[in-house]
Amino acid sequence: MNTAPAHTEHAVVVSALGKTFSVKSGDVVALDDITLTVEAGEFVSLIGPSGCGKSTLLRLIGDLDQPTSGTLEVFGKSPRQARLDQDYGIAFQQAGLLPWRTVRANIELPLEVHGVAAKARTARANELLDLVGLGEFAEKYPDQLSGGMQQRVAIARALAERPALLLMDEPFGALDEMTREYMQTELVRICAETKAAVVFVTHSIPEAVFLSDRVVVMSPRPGRIERIVPMQLGSTSARADDLREDVSFFEMVTAVREALHAGSEHAPRGVELR
Amino acid sequence: MSLTPALKRRRQGGAPDTALRWSLGAAGFALLVVVWEVYKALGPVDGLEIAGVRVLPRTTDLAMPHSWDMVARLFEPVTRADDALPLWLEVVNASLFTLGIAAVGWMIGLTVGVGLALVMQRWRLAEWGLLPWIVLSQTVPLIALAPVVRSWGARVEIGAFEWQDWMSVALIASYLAFFPIAIGALRGLQSPDAIHTELMHTYAAGWWTTLVKLRLPAAVPYLLPALRLAAANAVIGAIVAEVSTGLRGGIGRIIIQYAGQASGDPAKAWGPIFGAIVLGLLAAGSIALLGSTLGRFRRAEVNA
Repeated sequence: MNTAPAHTEHAVVVSALGKTFSVKSGDVVALDDITLTVEAGEFVSLIGPSGCGKSTLLRLIGDLDQPTSGTLEVFGKSPRQARLDQDYGIAFQQAGLLPWRTVRANIELPLEVHGVAAKARTARANELLDLVGLGEFAEKYPDQLSGGMQQRVAIARALAERPALLLMDEPFGALDEMTREYMQTELVRICAETKAAVVFVTHSIPEAVFLSDRVVVMSPRPGRIERIVPMQLGSTSARADDLREDVSFFEMVTAVREALHAGSEHAPRGVELR
Repeated sequence: MSLTPALKRRRQGGAPDTALRWSLGAAGFALLVVVWEVYKALGPVDGLEIAGVRVLPRTTDLAMPHSWDMVARLFEPVTRADDALPLWLEVVNASLFTLGIAAVGWMIGLTVGVGLALVMQRWRLAEWGLLPWIVLSQTVPLIALAPVVRSWGARVEIGAFEWQDWMSVALIASYLAFFPIAIGALRGLQSPDAIHTELMHTYAAGWWTTLVKLRLPAAVPYLLPALRLAAANAVIGAIVAEVSTGLRGGIGRIIIQYAGQASGDPAKAWGPIFGAIVLGLLAAGSIALLGSTLGRFRRAEVNA
């Protein structure tokens, strides 16, 4: 198991990061001059239109892709080292559960891969099943669960190694609105309990506002940070459903929306400004 | 919308469904017998020839024995000799002999096929280099291959080990068996989505761990039909190889031998043919049995 990094250091430090994809018709700049710091325990959302590179940024942090320029540190280490040390857990838009494994066995998968003893695995899986409220579904198979339940299993799996950082790529994107709000409230609770930092990619403004300490608004072509909007809504751990109807919530939604539109004004789609 | 009881049963799976399938299979078999006998009774005695080409067979007892004669013949002795076994026992013995060889061929095919698939999955370059040859290998006619394998085998002698003729047959059977396994296993090993392989990557899992935890379980639904096909291929390969290498003791040999005696004893030739059919069913059925123990690897892909 990994040694949990001290919570005083930065979770993610990104500076002057660039990523260029080479395709047949030439180079596509996916990310340009990205500088961002995520503190330990902080919840940061990345939001922006398609092609703004928010998922690419997440993949670079997770060492699923390599940056073309700039530097990137996760808990003071290279992303590769952080991955090898299991400093982060990851959840995608698709739950991505293994269909031949029960809920319990899916949650235990990362522990199994890292050679954790069976007894310790069972204990940890029980904790996580309680945390995501799926105790009675432990022996079910993924195809017997609803989409929301599957996504909760995926989150439990991402938390299995007690990571200090959680990377989430539109994890609620495939869910209906009701389930989505429920999952957001659940995630706030889970994050308060685990004290993990989160980098959360989303398309939804209310979702970003409800969950985040800061919302990073990005603009496309090339992918850039347009503005970073701090959410003046109090501690994320104290947030509950009633916040969704609060005036301050709507103010923040408006602030993010304006930042998004400012971004699209001087970078219209399809126009290369470089 | 209300479902009919039969449809409901089908959705739920289970016993009634299985019984239905078995009885349909039996009905199909009965239909075949009826068609055979009806044609024999009503068809033209000399068959039908169009422009010198016979398009319908003769209906004589020589060309088309009665189905009950074929069954009755099974329980009569093979020859008129005093110590002759009943035909069915002779057929069963020959079938078991061939089944043993086919099983060895199937296992060689399994080893080689899965081995090739692993190499091709691991190194993309190997896939590009090997796959065309694997496909090409199946275009070589078995009949052409058999004498070559046999004459090579005859020269193999390592210490106390001496090449046996049945080994040539097993090798030729494996030549047919390895192909579907190699193709099926490769497709299966490559079947996991990017999301799953990336997940294993984030777990810092190596090739071996990814293989055991992800690729092999994911390959099961692809492997099972491949294994069944390979089992049927191994049986066919063994029978054809027995004929073309002239190996005694197996079903291939007695098919040829009894066919030669058909002018005097037309029903006898059908015994080994039935044996060969049962053999193929037995081989495919044992794979189905294997598949039933691997049910959890065949659950539908999760769609969310």
